[in-house]
Amino acid sequence: MIAAAVAATAAEIAIPLLTKSVIDGAIAHHDRALLIPLGLAAIGLGAATAALNLVRRWVQGNAVANMEKTIRDDLYGHLQRLHASFHDDWQSGQLLSRATTDLSSIRRFAGFGIVFLLISVLTFVAVTGLLIRLNWWLGLITGCMFVPVLMFCTRFERRYKVLSRRVQDQEGDLATLIEEAATGVRVLKALGRGRESAAQHDAQAVEVCKTQVAKASLLGSFWSVLDLIPNAAIGLIVVLGAIAVTHHALTLGGLVAFITLALQLVWPIEALGYIIASGEEAATAAQRVLEIFDTEPEIKSGHTERALAKRGPGGWDLPPGRGVTGGSSPGGKQGRLWFDHVSFSYPKSHQPVLRDIDLQLEPGETVVLAGATGAGKTTLLQLVPRLADVTGGAILLDGTDIRDLPLPWLRAAVGCAFEEATLFSASVRENVLFGAPDASDDEIEAALTAAQARFAFRLPWGLDTRIGEQGMALSGGQRQRVALARAILARPAVLILDDPLSALDVHTEEKVTRALGTILAGTTALVVAHRPSTMALADRVALLDGGVIAATGDHRELLATQPGYAALMMMEEVSA
Amino acid sequence: MTADAAWRGIATEQVDEVTTGLAALLRRRSRLLLADLLRPHRRGVAWIAAAIVVSSLAALAGPWLVGVAIDNGIPPLIHSGDPAPLLRIAAVFAAAVGVQAVTTRMFVTMTGRVGQSVVLELRRRLFRHCLRLPVAFHESYTSGRVISRQTSDIEAISALFEEGLDSLISAALTLLLVGTGMLLLDWPLALVVLGGFVPLTWLTGWFRRESVVAYRRIREANALVIVHFVETFGGIRAVQAFRRERRNDAIFDGLSGDYADASRRASQLIAVYAPGISLVGNVITGVVLFYGGLRVIDGDIRVGVLATFLLYLQRFFDPLQDVAQFYNAFQGAGSALEKISGVLEEEPSVPEPAAPAALPSRGSAAAEPSRGSAAAEPSGGSGVVPRPGASGRQVRFESVRFGYRETTVLPDLDLDIPAGQTVALVGETGAGKTTIARLMARFYDPGEGRVLLDGVDLRDVPDRVLRREVVMITQESFLFGGSVAANIRLGRPGASGDEVIAAATAIGAHDFITALPSGYETGVGKRGGRLSAGQRQLISFARAFIAAPSVLVLDEATALLDIPSERLVQAALRTVLAGRTAVIIAHRLSTVAIADRVLVLRNGRIIEDGPPDRLLGGDGEYAALHTSWAASLA
Ligand SMILES: Nc1ncnc2c1ncn2[C@@H]1O[C@H](COP(=O)(O)OP(=O)(O)O)[C@@H](O)[C@H]1O
Ligand SMILES: Nc1ncnc2c1ncn2[C@@H]1O[C@H](COP(=O)(O)OP(=O)(O)O)[C@@H](O)[C@H]1O
Ligand SMILES: [Mg+2]
Ligand SMILES: [Mg+2]
Repeated sequence: MIAAAVAATAAEIAIPLLTKSVIDGAIAHHDRALLIPLGLAAIGLGAATAALNLVRRWVQGNAVANMEKTIRDDLYGHLQRLHASFHDDWQSGQLLSRATTDLSSIRRFAGFGIVFLLISVLTFVAVTGLLIRLNWWLGLITGCMFVPVLMFCTRFERRYKVLSRRVQDQEGDLATLIEEAATGVRVLKALGRGRESAAQHDAQAVEVCKTQVAKASLLGSFWSVLDLIPNAAIGLIVVLGAIAVTHHALTLGGLVAFITLALQLVWPIEALGYIIASGEEAATAAQRVLEIFDTEPEIKSGHTERALAKRGPGGWDLPPGRGVTGGSSPGGKQGRLWFDHVSFSYPKSHQPVLRDIDLQLEPGETVVLAGATGAGKTTLLQLVPRLADVTGGAILLDGTDIRDLPLPWLRAAVGCAFEEATLFSASVRENVLFGAPDASDDEIEAALTAAQARFAFRLPWGLDTRIGEQGMALSGGQRQRVALARAILARPAVLILDDPLSALDVHTEEKVTRALGTILAGTTALVVAHRPSTMALADRVALLDGGVIAATGDHRELLATQPGYAALMMMEEVSA
Repeated sequence: MTADAAWRGIATEQVDEVTTGLAALLRRRSRLLLADLLRPHRRGVAWIAAAIVVSSLAALAGPWLVGVAIDNGIPPLIHSGDPAPLLRIAAVFAAAVGVQAVTTRMFVTMTGRVGQSVVLELRRRLFRHCLRLPVAFHESYTSGRVISRQTSDIEAISALFEEGLDSLISAALTLLLVGTGMLLLDWPLALVVLGGFVPLTWLTGWFRRESVVAYRRIREANALVIVHFVETFGGIRAVQAFRRERRNDAIFDGLSGDYADASRRASQLIAVYAPGISLVGNVITGVVLFYGGLRVIDGDIRVGVLATFLLYLQRFFDPLQDVAQFYNAFQGAGSALEKISGVLEEEPSVPEPAAPAALPSRGSAAAEPSRGSAAAEPSGGSGVVPRPGASGRQVRFESVRFGYRETTVLPDLDLDIPAGQTVALVGETGAGKTTIARLMARFYDPGEGRVLLDGVDLRDVPDRVLRREVVMITQESFLFGGSVAANIRLGRPGASGDEVIAAATAIGAHDFITALPSGYETGVGKRGGRLSAGQRQLISFARAFIAAPSVLVLDEATALLDIPSERLVQAALRTVLAGRTAVIIAHRLSTVAIADRVLVLRNGRIIEDGPPDRLLGGDGEYAALHTSWAASLA
């Protein structure tokens, strides 16, 4: 590719030399016969240039598109594997602008900039060399104009770098506002806050605009100087060349060729402005992208032979038991979950959310976790599939610290349903099949039935109906039931359910509770619940208060002995 | 015309093969938008055009002056040692170079200014328009597409102004001037050069046809990449918990592969087009060398003329190379503009009233004179705040029929909620409760029948007024990335710090907020991720309380709260919103206890209606519900 670029440039430079031959040779000697080969040579050179350029662009275009794709895929993959708290901290628009705008800047530079740089430097060197050969002192003078250009470029570069980074950051902030407004459009509508949101957006857009204008005026002065220098040099050449011709140091044809060649210097120098600008942009963009690549995932997969040995032939990929109809998990003894004096605090927050959680779940036991809003129930649950790591103590699954377990294995062993059901843009079937890719249709149906999600069969395309953001809109209760079906279909060793019935009506809740009762019988489960009705599922109830497990026991027992628990359940007022 | 109307708005986005007629329609639409955007900058554009013309003229004067110097400046110097003609020419040359530098600077700067103002205006319009478009549009178009239109597509247009426009115009001018110059110098030779236009035109036509298709594909593929990106990182916890990473990698690989294919195609087109132009230029140079040489030998023209011609040829074809490069940017911006103009063309299916009707003034007319007049003028500003103690408004559904797409959800709903009444709406999931709530908040308009607020059809109430009067809080509490206080203030932007605290205190959120690291100024993180789900619900409740609308719609808004917190919220409802109309959708019947009236909904029909006590005494659905609920508590 570089060879093609060099060859094409060489061919291009050779054409003015033909001009010299025509003027000095054919015309001066009135040699018509010489004109034909010279003309043909020019055409041949032109064709060669074009062919070489075509090859170069083609190869390069493909390479650059592939490069952009590779970086984007890597970036996406890396982001997916970064810990959840990274995503809490980073504005979504900043991530998006890195994956789109910044990568395009890099591609643009890799696509044109690098080659332009190469070609213009080569052209400059070659042309100056030729000029020196044609007339050494005139050539040297011409070459000297590069010095102020270079000085000027470095000064410009420093200022441009700052502006280009500023634009990229501001565009990222703007993208954040745009994304928030797009995803939160219902809230903005419900509250009629379109105008305020638009004002906020406009303010940020004005900032971007201002920086862009500043960038443009910097470019304007830079480019005008880059216009000025080579043209001034040409003027000088004409005058000095004329003097040279008078002193017979140069032929007239030589001067014309010299000037034609010197004119070829104008473009590389002007292009330098564009190259430096786009190079600077690509550099700051690359810096922004690297900031993400440099972030290491905090939650790393463990590699414990012990864990594998225990799991038997299942190994890494095969999570323990599945199948909704089965009783307990194979072996019947798996799923002992022990929170061993676990404490946890969120990064940058001075107060620990969980202080000293000591809770043991026997295999097959269902513990319902109760606690006030903000007590830390969700936080505790998220520690089990390692969406965050404990900051003190340890969580042990069947005696092994979960940090020593392979991450995919752990997450297969732990099934979850979150407070706010997240469905993916895929068919109902694919959404439900996540935990158990090889489940049969009967098993899917059983899971959907247990979760009272049979409505899925009545969707326009049945289980193949696409749902999620890019698919059909489901109501909150429907989403929650599909998510529940997904969690129970996998029949994981440990089931984590965060307020799984909050969006269900009384009748449906009753049915789901009953179905869950049988399913949970053989599964270790940790369930968050607010309603007394869900407590029926519990083998044991744990009360989370003040970052510790304040009490555990039977629902009735706790009602009688724990005023905090009774208040949480508010039995007396309700029945009144 | 009717055929065209079918392709209004975003309808063309899903079309793979765009027919010529449709392409013309899209082009016309983008052109109209562009003209509209540029109109306020007519003077700026005129200045830019002037600057470009002068700068191109100055740039062209250079080679011409070099030719003149060779023919008229050097001979006197050689033959009579007279440097005056050459120096004169050199002075003019210096002046031309100076003018070129100044005008170049001018047009680059001004193009930046005008271009960025246009981009800013486009951003503004697009953002506002997207907010105006109904929920139904957003549901099918997806947030990712809305985002990609406002980020990537806008940036494609911005890039055009950054680097494209001037070279396009100056190249056109150069062609014109150089062409004229050549014709004046020696028309037979000039005709040879102009003959090159035949292949050039053909080549350009081919490139345009192909690259329009390629760039359309690029924009669409890019949007899909963004859609998937946004969706993944909006729900990253679920992605990780369900080990969706591999599958996502595969999906993303496919999408970004499509995008790479599309951009590869575009770069291949330019890989053929740009060398194609230089080939034509070089062939013509060869022909000119030969034919011009002959003419010089024959004495038809002088050597200087030939030299000028050769210099001109370079000026002629070099900018075409640039144009090829920037034509690319131009096509990219063009298809981005096509997409954007499509979104802008979408009509809100829930439009603003053409003739807004005033709502009757609330409460006693004497006590609240400003209310009616504020309602009458939609631009009434946010200064008008509902006063505590103001009464609610009546809501009436008149033979309302509604469904999403094909399915009918509400077959025929008649419902009258008198001002100040608190109504509980219960029923199984999927019964249509949320749908009723959305109709009250005018997220959709009914297919048939009317929804009336104090006797005024919601379709006649300006959005500004409606949003002040009716506020809906849903189960999905969406928080924005700012502070807690800013999120509460979303209910009423003018609210003072004390009012924010009062609202938070009323619903029992004050304690947890003050426990946060920076109290009310704590950032809630992306989508409120630093708060628990229940805390987010409390914050969105606080919004409703501070907004203090005359009609409050709560759609399972307390579902994620623990019972004591819910109690607190209810107590606040009773005191702070006393006298206002409220519709409460809830599954926990404890919530229903505070209602004056209960409606039981099944399959979109009201099957029971009455005060809770009376329904409880009967043997209907509500009584059954309550029995099983009470049983669940034991
Ligand atoms: N990502 C986070 N960063 C910082 N603080 C958080 C984050 N998520 C939750 N918190 C805080 O931790 C506490 C417990 O939250 P959570 O576990 O969600 O409560 P709940 O018991 O209602 O599920 C809350 O006070 C909340 O403000
Ligand atoms: N945006 C939508 N598009 C298509 N169908 C919808 C949409 N929202 C709700 N539905 C359907 O309309 C019916 C009523 O839904 P909804 O009003 O949300 O019920 P509820 O709130 O009583 O649970 C359901 O069958 C649901 O699937
Ligand atoms: Mg929670
Ligand atoms: Mg609902």
